[in-house]
Amino acid sequence: MSLGYYVKSFTLWEFVKAHALTLKYFFKPKATINYPYEKNPISPRFRGEHALRRYPNGEERCIACKLCEAICPAQAITIEAQPRDDGSRRTTRYDIDMTKCIYCGFCQEACPVDAIVEGPNFEFSTETREELIYDKAKLLENGDKWERAIAANLAADAPYR
Amino acid sequence: MTAFFQNLGLPFEGAWLLSTIIGILVIALPLMLAVAMIIYADRKIWAAMALRRGPNVVGPFGLLQSFADGAKVFLQETIIPSAANRTLFLIAPIITFTVALMAWAVIPFQVGVVLANINVGLLYILAISSLGVYGVVLSGWASNSKYPFYSAIRASAQMISYEVSIGFILITVVLWAGSFNISAIVESQKGYYGFLNGNGFNPLLFPMAIMFLISAMAETARAPFDLTEAESELVAGYQTEYSSMAFALFWLGEYANVILMCALNAILFWGGYLPPIDWAPLYYVPGIIWLFAKIFFFFFVFSWVKATVPRYRYDQLMRLGWKIFLPTSLLFVFLVSGFLMFTRYGGAQ
Repeated sequence: MSLGYYVKSFTLWEFVKAHALTLKYFFKPKATINYPYEKNPISPRFRGEHALRRYPNGEERCIACKLCEAICPAQAITIEAQPRDDGSRRTTRYDIDMTKCIYCGFCQEACPVDAIVEGPNFEFSTETREELIYDKAKLLENGDKWERAIAANLAADAPYR
Repeated sequence: MTAFFQNLGLPFEGAWLLSTIIGILVIALPLMLAVAMIIYADRKIWAAMALRRGPNVVGPFGLLQSFADGAKVFLQETIIPSAANRTLFLIAPIITFTVALMAWAVIPFQVGVVLANINVGLLYILAISSLGVYGVVLSGWASNSKYPFYSAIRASAQMISYEVSIGFILITVVLWAGSFNISAIVESQKGYYGFLNGNGFNPLLFPMAIMFLISAMAETARAPFDLTEAESELVAGYQTEYSSMAFALFWLGEYANVILMCALNAILFWGGYLPPIDWAPLYYVPGIIWLFAKIFFFFFVFSWVKATVPRYRYDQLMRLGWKIFLPTSLLFVFLVSGFLMFTRYGGAQ
């Protein structure tokens, strides 16, 4: 135990140094953002809320190949399909259980026609579990709502695929 | 004020009672407001040091956050555990809250502005702050639950240990001032070296000022001495089983105690309502503003410490209290009394 040790411990030197540091941080700009009013930029590859897209003429893209249902590791997707009156193969039921989904993005990777995609929206909390079981209408509505953002993201990501 | 009501035709006793009740309200109600704002300030300071924003949604800059929390807590259900001792369980938060308010009776806010100018004010504060531990112990006992019980044991040991050294620290101040009256103690701090006001500028009392600050944190169970509510070990300590207004009373009492300790720091060592520099123009600023500025400064220090240092281990806390603070404060009682004996009271007879 040297003299310096006693001087340090009686002058509370370590505490003074620690407090100088925290005081310096007190005046620094904040590291957090003002969330509901400010949002962090997100990647074009961001995997958020699901959406079913349409072609520009309004025809839905999904051809009921069920690749997404097959690949889904959480088995969150349920699809039933039937030929439509004009003979094209379409889904009659396309449900995603968002409480099961793990947001891995395999469904959009598997999709041959870019129909099911995970959009940039991450603010879709609900007050009941039932609201998180998305049906085809809800997914198509999401697609219509987020089409511009989703299309822009897909275009931005296209060179790397 | 008593004279004013007597002029209105009341007998002396009635006038005295009325003016005292008004005095109590004038102190207690702003104190509640101050507690609400100080909780907000605490959260803001703590957040800023962690590079966060703190409450900023309710009201301008989040200023109304404490009131929103209060309203939320007020609307909650009061849950009383079936195994709890009902009477003690409900009395405990009331004790904490009442005791935290009671001590303010002897705090002088300005020259002559004090609710009860009793001549043993400091002893009164010491006695009242000792009573404060009952709220914690009773709540821990009455909850009939293990974590509050552990917390109560810790709290009683911790508060009693630090009261011992606080007692000795106060004795040094009392020796120097030659009085137990708090107003007299404040007045005695005038004119160090001809231009400074405050016992803290006295080299013999400065170490006591620092020790009192640290002991005050331990006494009010603030970080780094918040073992009584160490959330990683004891959930929330003695408050675990409490909800609704009972919880709010603990919260209010705790922060009222913190402000009280900040006020004591300001009054005993840094000149209370006197301006820090003994210079005539500064006396035009009302004393209450100096006192509040000092209280807020010390509260900032409390929050600053809370944001900086990690929690003490229990044995470290006890070691600091009994093996460092107690001998050191005892030594300074000897030093101060010896110094005064040779300088003020004419040396050894």
